This record gives sequence, C-alpha cells and structure tokens, in this order.
Amino acid sequence: MSASGPRLQPSLFELSRAGRHSDKVPHPPKAALDRIPADQRRERPPALPEVNEPDAVRHFVNLSQLNHAVDTGFYPLGSCTMKWNPKVNEWAARLPGFAQLHPMAPDDVAQGTLQLLWELEQILIEVSGMQAVTLQPAAGAHGELTGILMIRAYHEGRGDTGRTDVLVPDSAHGTNPATATMAGLRTISIKAAPDGGLDLDGFRAALGPTTAAVMVTNPSTLGLFESRIGELLEAVHEAGALAYMDGANLNAILGRFKPGEAGFDVMHINTHKTFSTPHGGGGPGAGPVAVNDKLLPFLPAPRVIREPDGHFRLERVGERPASIGRMRSFVGSTGVLVRAYAYLRTHGASGLAEITDDAVLAANYLKDRLADSGVFDIPFPGVCKHEFIASASSIKKKTGVRTLDIAKRLLDHGFHAPTVYFPLTVDEAMLIEPTETESVETLDAFADALIEIAREAESDPETVKTAPHTAPVKRLDEAGAARNPNLRWRPALGDWTPCPD
Amino acid sequence: MAYGPHTPADRRRMLDALGMESVDELFADIPEPLRASPLKLDPPEPEQQLMARLSGLAARNRVELASFLGAGAYRHFSPPMVDQILLRGEWYTAYTPYQPEVSQGTLQSIYEYESLIAELVGLDVVSASHYDGAAATAEAALMTCRATGRGRVLVSRAVHPQYRAVLRTYVDGAGLDVDDIPIVAEGDLAGLTDLEALERLLADESQPTAGVILAQPSFYGLLEPMAEAGRLAHGAGALFVAVVEPVSLAVLAPPGAYGADIAAGEGQALGIPPQYGGPYLGILACTDPLVRQIPGRLVGMTTDVEGQRAYVMTLQAREQHIRREKAASNICTNQTLLALAASLWLAALGPHGLHDVAALGAARAAELEAALAEIGIARVHPGAYLNEFAIRVPNAADVHRELLNRGVLAGLIVAEAVPDEPSLADCLLVCATEVTTSEDIIRFARELAGVVASGAPSVSTPAPVGVTA
Amino acid sequence: MVPGDLRYTKDHEWLRVEGDTATIGVTDFAAGQLGDVVFVDLPAAGKSVEQFATFGVVESVKAVSDLYAPVSGEVVEVNGELGGNPELVNSDPFGAGWMIKVRLGDAGQVAELLDAAGYEKLTSEG
Repeated sequence: MSASGPRLQPSLFELSRAGRHSDKVPHPPKAALDRIPADQRRERPPALPEVNEPDAVRHFVNLSQLNHAVDTGFYPLGSCTMKWNPKVNEWAARLPGFAQLHPMAPDDVAQGTLQLLWELEQILIEVSGMQAVTLQPAAGAHGELTGILMIRAYHEGRGDTGRTDVLVPDSAHGTNPATATMAGLRTISIKAAPDGGLDLDGFRAALGPTTAAVMVTNPSTLGLFESRIGELLEAVHEAGALAYMDGANLNAILGRFKPGEAGFDVMHINTHKTFSTPHGGGGPGAGPVAVNDKLLPFLPAPRVIREPDGHFRLERVGERPASIGRMRSFVGSTGVLVRAYAYLRTHGASGLAEITDDAVLAANYLKDRLADSGVFDIPFPGVCKHEFIASASSIKKKTGVRTLDIAKRLLDHGFHAPTVYFPLTVDEAMLIEPTETESVETLDAFADALIEIAREAESDPETVKTAPHTAPVKRLDEAGAARNPNLRWRPALGDWTPCPD
Repeated sequence: MAYGPHTPADRRRMLDALGMESVDELFADIPEPLRASPLKLDPPEPEQQLMARLSGLAARNRVELASFLGAGAYRHFSPPMVDQILLRGEWYTAYTPYQPEVSQGTLQSIYEYESLIAELVGLDVVSASHYDGAAATAEAALMTCRATGRGRVLVSRAVHPQYRAVLRTYVDGAGLDVDDIPIVAEGDLAGLTDLEALERLLADESQPTAGVILAQPSFYGLLEPMAEAGRLAHGAGALFVAVVEPVSLAVLAPPGAYGADIAAGEGQALGIPPQYGGPYLGILACTDPLVRQIPGRLVGMTTDVEGQRAYVMTLQAREQHIRREKAASNICTNQTLLALAASLWLAALGPHGLHDVAALGAARAAELEAALAEIGIARVHPGAYLNEFAIRVPNAADVHRELLNRGVLAGLIVAEAVPDEPSLADCLLVCATEVTTSEDIIRFARELAGVVASGAPSVSTPAPVGVTA
Repeated sequence: MVPGDLRYTKDHEWLRVEGDTATIGVTDFAAGQLGDVVFVDLPAAGKSVEQFATFGVVESVKAVSDLYAPVSGEVVEVNGELGGNPELVNSDPFGAGWMIKVRLGDAGQVAELLDAAGYEKLTSEG
C-alpha cells in the first residue's frame, strides 16, 4: 500500500458545501430562460454536489487507488483477456481529428475516420476468414444479438419460418441463451461430452428443421479447442441451420484458426478482449460481427462503403432494405475502434500470430505448474489454449476451504482472482487466463501464491476463509445489499445558493 | 514483440517445462483441415510510424468547421480535469468489479453516477449504464412489455429517427409490436407529438399498449406536452417512457416530476467527446416498483463484515450470467468508464455550472434564431424550444453542401435523416450550445444569406475532401 | 431435518395439507443450495396454480430458481412477511418461511408426491 492510500472515501455528496464551486463556464444572460414556459421549467434545481476542483480531483484520485487494474497488477480473469492496454491507443483516440468529429457529420467531413473504419473491417475480415464485417455492435453480447437477428432474417428471407431453436452447449456464457431469448428464439442447452468437448451425438439429436442456429464458443469456456467442430459444422449445415461462433476466446487462435474458413457463418469479436481496448471498469467495449456471404445482405445499417474513386461514405437511410436495421445510434463506438485499429497495425500478421502463441504457451506453462503441485484439480489435463480450469474441489473436501476463499486470499497476495464458479459445469471452478503480456516471473509468482494458499488451507483454514485481510474492505454483506437495496445517495435538500452573476 | 515480455530464453524455458520442442505442438489439437491459411496483413508497425499514420488519418477529418450540428450528439465544454482523471490506469484498465474488495473505486463511482443521474431525472433507480441512448430506449420499451404483460409500444415520430430504428430492431426481435405516433403537421402545435392520435391509438382495445415513448426535447428541439402524454398513457394502463437529454434537465422539469415511469437517454453531452458516434453513455432509470425489470448492472451501498461502508453489484439475479435465457437482457459489458466521465463532468461543473451550461446554450440558440430571422430564415415550428430548432431553407441539401465549402456545418439535413417526414423536407435542424460563439453565428447567417441570395446554389458535388489514393 | 408429516416434490418444494387447504414452501435443502435468499416472487391471492408448473421465483445473491407447485389449486393466501424478510426462507423454511396456501383442486394429486422418506432418499443421492 502506498502512503497516500488506499483510503475509503466519503461520498461525493458528503463533500458538498453550499456555494462551493470552481468557475468553469461563463454566466448566461439573466433572461436566458424566460422564453421557456413555466410549466416546462424545473421547479427546484437538482441537488448535485457542490465541490471545488481540488476536492473533486482528490476524491476521484483516492477512489481510483481502491481499484486493482491491469496497470497495477496481474489480472488473470478467465474469458476476459486482461492483457496490456497500450498507451499509444489512448493517445490515438484523443487526437482532436478523431475525438471531436460529430457522428452526423457529412461523409466529406469524415474521410479520415471512415477510411480507418473501412481498413479495420478489412483486417478483421482477414483475421476471421469471413466475407464482411459490421463495426456497429457496442459489445460482445450486442454482437451476439446482431448475429442471431441476421440468422433469423436469413431463414425468414428463404421462407423457412419454422426455425425457432438455438442450440447452445451448457458451458456457454450466459449471454448466449439470453441473446436467443432477445431474438425471440428458444434455447436448447446441450450437455458437454465427458472430455469437456462438444457432444456431437447430443447436437445431432437436437438438430432438425426447427433449428435456427448453433452457438459455439471456440476455444470453449473450458479453454479447449473443439476438435470435433468440423463434424458439428457439417451437421449444422446439413440440417439447414447456421453456425454462430462466440469469439470471446479469439486470443487463442489468431493465425491458427479462421472461423470463416472452417465453416462458421458468423462470429463476433470482442475488441476489449483480443484487441486490447481497455475494459474501463466494465465497459465500453466493441463487438464487431463478421459474416460470410450468406448473411452479408442482412448486416446492420449503415455500412461503410468505399467508392471506386477511393471516396468513403456511409450507406443512406433505407439504401439496403434486406438489412436487419440499426443496432444502435450512429456508426459505432468509433473511439474504441480507433484503439483496436492502432493495436492491429502495431502487430501486423507476425505480431498477431505471436500474441496467440505466447498466450497459449503461458497458459499451458501455468497449468502444468499447478498440476505438478498436486494440490489443485486440473479436470482437463491435456493441452489447453489461452486459459484453463483449475478446481478446488479436493481442497474443499479436505479443508472446507472453497474456491471463493482462495480467490479472496489471492487478493492479499496482490493478484486479482481468476474467474470463479464459471463455467457452471465444473465444481469449484477457477478459470485462469494469464494472457501473452505477463512475464514468466509473474506466472511463477502467481503459481507460488496459489500453492501457498492451498497449503494454508490445511494449516490455517480460518485465515483463508476470512480473506481478504489487506484489501480496502473485508467481505461484504451482499445479501443485505440485495434484500434492502440502497441504489442512490439521498442528498439532504440543502440550501440552494443562487448563482452570483 | 510490441508489448510482450518473453525473450527467446523465456519461451525456451516454458517449452522445456512442458517437454515440448516447438509451440506448434500446443496447436496439434486443431485438426489439419481446419488450420488457418497464413494471415495476409501488413507487417508490424513501430510506434513512431503508427503515430504518424494515425495523425494523418485524423487530419483528414474536418473538425475546424463552425458547427451547428446537434441531432443527438452535442459539443460541450469539458474541464481538463475530466480527461486527466479518466487517463488514470486504475480506472480505465480495471474490469467489471467482480471482486468488490479490490474494486471499491469503480463500485463507489458507479453508485455516485446512479445518484447523480437519479437527481437529474427525478427517478430512484438508475442502471450502471447501457450502450447508448438508442439502446437504452429500446431496453426501456422491452421493460414496459415485461412489466405490463402487453406486447405493443407506441413511439412518437418526434423521437430521434435512429432511436426509432433501433427500437424497431429490438422490438421486432422480441416478437413485439411498435407503432408510430404521428406529429402535428401544422398550426400552433406543429412539430409536436399528436396527442389526439395518441389517444386514438391507446383506445384500440384489440392491441393493448405497454408503453408510450416521447422525447423531451424532441428530435426537432421542441418541448413536448410530457405531462399530458403521461396522463394519457397511464389512463390506458400503459407505462410512460421519457427520452431525455441530461444537460437540459438542469432547467427543464425532470421525468419524475411529470409522472414518467422510465427515463432513457443519451449521456454523451455529459463530458463525452463526439468521437463520431461512441463510445457513448446510455442512461436508463425507472421508478422503484420497476427495479426488478430494469436490465443492466446495479450497484448498491452495503457494509463489510466489520461494518465499514462499502459498495457492491446487487440484484444480479436479473442478469444473464445467472438467469441465462430468462434474463431481463443479454447485456454484460456496459459503459462504466463513460458513466465515470459523466460523474466527473457533473462534479467539475456542479449544479450552478450545469445550470449555466443549459441556460447559456439556450441564450446562444436564441441569438442564432435572431440572426437567422434577420436574413429572412425563420423557425419552422412555433412551439417553445431550448437550444435546437428546425429552419426551412429552399434546396436545403445543396445549401448545406455549399456552406460546408465555406467552412460552416449548417446542422442536419432533415430529409436525409428522416426521409419519411415530407412536411419537413427542405429543412435544416440547427443547434447551439455554450461553446457556440457569436462570431460563428454571425458567420453562419452571413454565409447563408450569401448562398440564398446567389439563387440556386451549385448543385454539383464538390471534390471529396482529403481523399488520395 | 425432513419433517415426516409433509409431502415433497423432486424440485424441493414441500406441501402441508390441512383440510382442503395446502401450504407450500421450499425445503431446508433447497434453501441451503440457494444460499442467502434475497427475494421471493409469488402469485397474488386468487390466482390459480397448476401442478408441477412454475408459480413463482426465489432469488438468492448469486442464484435464481423457479418454484413449482406440488398441486393444482387456487391461491388463498400469500406469505406477506417474505416481502420484507425473505431470509425467513433460510432461517425457518418449514415454518415462518412458507410461501403460499392453496385451496386444493384435486386432493388425489397429493398421492403423487414424495413422502419424507422418499425425499430424504432423493437428497442424499445428491
């Protein structure tokens, strides 16, 4: 801990003192609002906090120091790909030419950004092995909805209207079934085979004339490449359905596997996982969707068009009637996409291949170190891709210490915990993803910490069960928070000091 | 390697530990016929070269124009402290606060965001954020259907056309119906949502309405009869959704005051740069009784085992990672960093500063109205507006293009954004905010007068700007 | 642990029959599996429930579970206490944590349910 923190902070509202502020904008003329009818006016000003700049800055700087972040330490959160967020990306997104461009600006005014977006689409087409890309979706789940709506439109466009089912393996992210519901379709969950992979017989039994799509994460949420994927894709297409690939784990296959070449019809890409755009405490992200020619006509509008003379433009309203329509306002989360573009240009073909090689090497190295220790269960001991599952099932049986406790104790060692209790199909699961940007020294230190905690679970289980001990707060009363939700500060109705002007 | 740490010796050490010769052995599980063709991309680019490329691309955008363009994204002054705080890695390189003990910064910031927005909209429950105003509006529509068990929503044609398009995508997807409420074509109420038409639509008992959606201010900048629309919606057993612009709420009656059940809107105006469309901030708020219908994350205040105040994600059983196919929405990643930007901006300005931003924008817009009136260009609609309004200009698209050549971005060509509103063909939608200068207003009026006076402006398309091979 | 005078479903609801009225709740085992219960969503009095169809939802901090009616019937009373004190489902699942009372539509359905021994066997098999 540094000398300045971490320290818990009072709420911004508690810092408020009537009349305190730092002047930021000129005062308006007194009569500025006289033309607004009285019944449309706000009766009482909002009770927002009144603070000056130093108070506000200290509040948010001190708050920031309560966070674990990639910039402060190892963050092995499985399925989240918490890799390094390059600083040049932040510089790029803030260039005034990009940052100050209005989203409804005419195409002639926006040629630089349009060119960037078009080039980014070409790069993602190459990486995915698909035919076209939309950059509109704002996140992975948003991309899923885009993809499944396109699949629905495809079937409907062929008059094939009885396709109401989406088949999803039981290890899938919760977003997959939730997406199917949002697209008006029904989820059928397929149990995994004993080796953790896709159960071909299970899928074959469920595939039929009512199947709209199969959604598969590859590599799976267990960190395993789905080696039977070729046969599954054949069976899917034979049944007249389409195949969606959840690209959450794309970091494991760059340059090694192109979903479009393998026969997937559509996939989304999480730029905030694979392509280093920062996670921002939960967002923003971007979820570009790549499709093959079957789904190309249905892409959301507007697309970026490159005219034969090299001029770029956006599609006009209604230009492509087969489109599923809009998924969001404007063209997309361009600020995020600028960062992804910078990252892809930085790496080029050889750099992207190296990312995947190093990410997979690091995951296997870490997995083997934990397997060799003999204290953690490694349910799928073969080669993994960029992440792997460890389980505290045996530790729990022996000591009563659960995965949750181990996760909390890791915080005391200065590491973020892995993803825990996901996938739901593995008992006491920890999903560990080191990424390619962590050194072998960090990987060793993390393995050592986990092994030490496992030993501590036997020698001093109470210490583990009550962890963390050095974090800014102890374990929280989550049940109380949910039973009596307190979702907002209620400021005292203070004195409103009229503006001096 | 651009950012990775591994020396050849490191890789060798790891491979040796695995008993492997080559990293290729780690990919032996990909069946031969499925292996990728080589990536055909440019070689890696060192940072210096990359920065030159990006500077070149950014320079091709024209952002130096005298701009009167709003239409859902607004330029505002942002105090430097906002971006300086946003650049702290503890904020932007953290992820979703899954381990609350080491995420109290993010969690408290979200709670404070929820509290600030709750104050602005006058509703108690505020989600941690949605993708943008359009997606938030679509989620609001789906909420009304879940809450009422009905399957049809009504949306005013004075709501942003792109929001209506997104709403249609979402509502169609869920197998529900959406119908438009027309706007009044002429007279004193021209441009406003047609409440008589709304009443007729609500009276259709064969299709009970779940929710009624109006925007305040409307897409055309007008102040809508929100209280009356809300009464009509409630009278028919429907919920009322207000699409709001948050800066305006410093001075306009908030949704909670006129009986809205849900507020949705775009938070970009709260300190987020326009950046050609995003990332933005979808605001979604509702009354307490609807708390279990709201999608997206919620952060609540609680205590730790020692009784210290602390914050945590709560009511998670609504969400996809627990409820899967029965979840309220599939949303997972949201816009937390933009919610922080909004909180920072509101903290920097404070209630007085926010009021001044809204009022100064209104004053600049009045100045713009007067300057345009002086050259004979009048507002199209008679109703009250805050800082955006439509003007009728013959050959609007051509005039707009000619003004661009003269360094003026003359707002939005309405017919291009809303081709199906013939009463507003030949209109431009213009806006002013506190950053609009008097010089720019004078320049706009002067150039517009010049273009109009010169008769039919050049209809030829000017050479594309900044395009080279 | 498993009261002998009640009937059970495979989905861990219990049923207590008194005359033509039956009280329904979830078992101690179910409450333990869910963890701290934070919310219970129940039908209003007057609604009818169908045997083995869902009649409500119970939520804990990190899980959610549908509630299945052991028998068909009309809801005559709902445990309003659970609104403010959902933790009663954990602390007293067979008593104060009850959920709804229904007027039995078909008393014969009770025989289709597990008895205490059958339910105990089910839960011990995991």
